[in-house]
Amino acid sequence: MKKTEVAIVGAGPAGICAALEAASYGVEVTLIDRGEAPGGQLVKQTHKFFGWHEKSAGTRGIIIAQDLAKKAKEDPNIYFLGSTEALGYYQDDGVLLVETPDGIKGIKPERLVIAAGASEKMLLFPGNDLPGVYGAGAVQTLMNVYGVRPGQNVLMIGSGNIGLIVSYQLVQAGVHVEAVVEGLPQIGGYAVHASKIRRLGIPILTRHSIKEAYGGRYVEGAVIWEIDDNWQGIPGTEQDLKVDVVCLAVGLSPLCEFLWQAGAEMSYIPALGGFVPIYDENMETTLKGVYVAGDVASIEEASTAMAEGYLAGLAAAHSLGKVPEDEFKSKKQAYATELEQLRAGPTSEKIVSGLSVLREQIGKRVSL
Amino acid sequence: MMDDVLLTTGIPSREQIESRVPPKERREKGPFVVIECFQEIPCDPCYHSCRFGAIREFESINDIPEVDLDKCTGCGICVGSCPGLAIFVVDETFSETECLIALPYEFIPLPAKGGEVLLLNRAGEEVGKGKVHIVVPGKKPAGTSVIWVRAPKELSMEVRNVKVLTEGGARCE
Ligand SMILES: Cc1cc2nc3c(=O)[nH]c(=O)nc-3n(C[C@H](O)[C@H](O)[C@H](O)COP(=O)(O)OP(=O)(O)OC[C@H]3O[C@@H](n4cnc5c(N)ncnc54)[C@H](O)[C@@H]3O)c2cc1C
Ligand code: SF4
Ligand code: SF4
Repeated sequence: MKKTEVAIVGAGPAGICAALEAASYGVEVTLIDRGEAPGGQLVKQTHKFFGWHEKSAGTRGIIIAQDLAKKAKEDPNIYFLGSTEALGYYQDDGVLLVETPDGIKGIKPERLVIAAGASEKMLLFPGNDLPGVYGAGAVQTLMNVYGVRPGQNVLMIGSGNIGLIVSYQLVQAGVHVEAVVEGLPQIGGYAVHASKIRRLGIPILTRHSIKEAYGGRYVEGAVIWEIDDNWQGIPGTEQDLKVDVVCLAVGLSPLCEFLWQAGAEMSYIPALGGFVPIYDENMETTLKGVYVAGDVASIEEASTAMAEGYLAGLAAAHSLGKVPEDEFKSKKQAYATELEQLRAGPTSEKIVSGLSVLREQIGKRVSL
Repeated sequence: MMDDVLLTTGIPSREQIESRVPPKERREKGPFVVIECFQEIPCDPCYHSCRFGAIREFESINDIPEVDLDKCTGCGICVGSCPGLAIFVVDETFSETECLIALPYEFIPLPAKGGEVLLLNRAGEEVGKGKVHIVVPGKKPAGTSVIWVRAPKELSMEVRNVKVLTEGGARCE
């Protein structure tokens, strides 16, 4: 059975940064992704990212992905295992089961970092099973990875950053966006993203939702309506839109099946995206030697996913005795400060409140 | 504080827009930057892009950019740096009747110099016709292009987007 010092599940920004950090201390890393190439969500982000100027803000996601992937490829301590799905982790035996193109294999890692990212949420409405109803991730993959338009006329559901950004990218691809509807009384994403698509003439309708999608063999239209404070549709406010695509951007949840299976303790914290693993300040879960980073730990952004990845990689390398104590302390503090600063603004209030709930739970565990 | 209309429609309020209009004397002096970024978000490339120190240094990554109009030359470098596409430059000294407006542009093909454009406001509604004065293609591999358009002077604080009627320039190869 193949042995490795650190195995990392997921080669998105969090997983790659964890790999780079651990490898920089001479740790031998196996970086696993079900995709062919590393990059995760970033490979389909054609817009410019926010964050710090020094940390690639103003750079398009796809270029950040290329830079990270190149660094990982050039690092002799990182072995990338693509087209490989991690199936399960059995801590008692210390075995990570993976499905490679050549069949199912076991890997024995000394430390494990889970950076599996997130999955998209679905919405219930009549007609949601018609072809033409897409998740925003699928629309982005079609458009920005394969160069295929998903349709001609799109109704976007959800005004978080993803809904706003994907609407903009649709227009760039020459697709008409009929409207963005949002159930909440306010737009969920950044105001600058909202203004950018409003200038393109796309209306953003708050307190609105989809009533139904209809059509024979595929979507031929959708009915939207106003909703009240209890999210109930208000009869008489229906609008019939002739669209052939309904794109759902109604949130993400951490992809944590793997952590459930492995036996990590989980907690339901809606502000962080649903069920999330309980982890400490080293990003270590309740399973010793198993760390998390990125969207799988809480739904945030690439900038925070990267900082968490570096932190998890550092902690894993340290626990293997590869990082001098002083250096560990100062670097850990630096990453923690970076995360704190990124989360200091009003747009991060929800995350910060979710994280404090998480910390309380760690506190309870320690005092048990 | 955030004005509700911005967060319910995506269009900044009158007060927000007016807060970015320089005094008359400054407007008559030459081009000036207009930063329509009203929300604290973790982002700072605008500050780093300005070589003239006209955008004040950020204390926190979440700061709202503040401009020192005495230092701003209206060069337009910051326009292409902003991931929020929230920065514009306005020059009301261009001619008796016309102004120049620099806008970020991320569509292909790029417009042709001298070509006609429909002038659009912050809601994407047509408010007039203008001409493309200069096209500054984005830095390789994927920078934001900046186009300077000529518009009737009274629309200097209205026009924030264009619809290109005459295509030209670089196509995707
Ligand atoms: C439309 C959109 C716009 C965004 N815009 C921004 C932005 O402007 N700025 C910003 O900072 N962030 C942005 N984000 C968020 C950012 O992309 C994510 O927060 C970030 O990618 C999370 O990184 P990650 O490494 O945790 O997960 P991911 O990038 O999702 O990577 C997870 C990886 O794990 C792999 N994986 C999962 N399970 C397994 C398994 N069992 N076996 C093997 N491999 C597995 C997946 O294939 C994937 O490659 C945006 C996201 C979207 C969707
Ligand atoms: S227009 Fe030029 S001088 Fe003015 S703020 Fe922008 S970069 Fe600085
Ligand atoms: S770069 Fe743009 S979005 Fe970012 S702070 Fe500056 S003006 Fe706002």
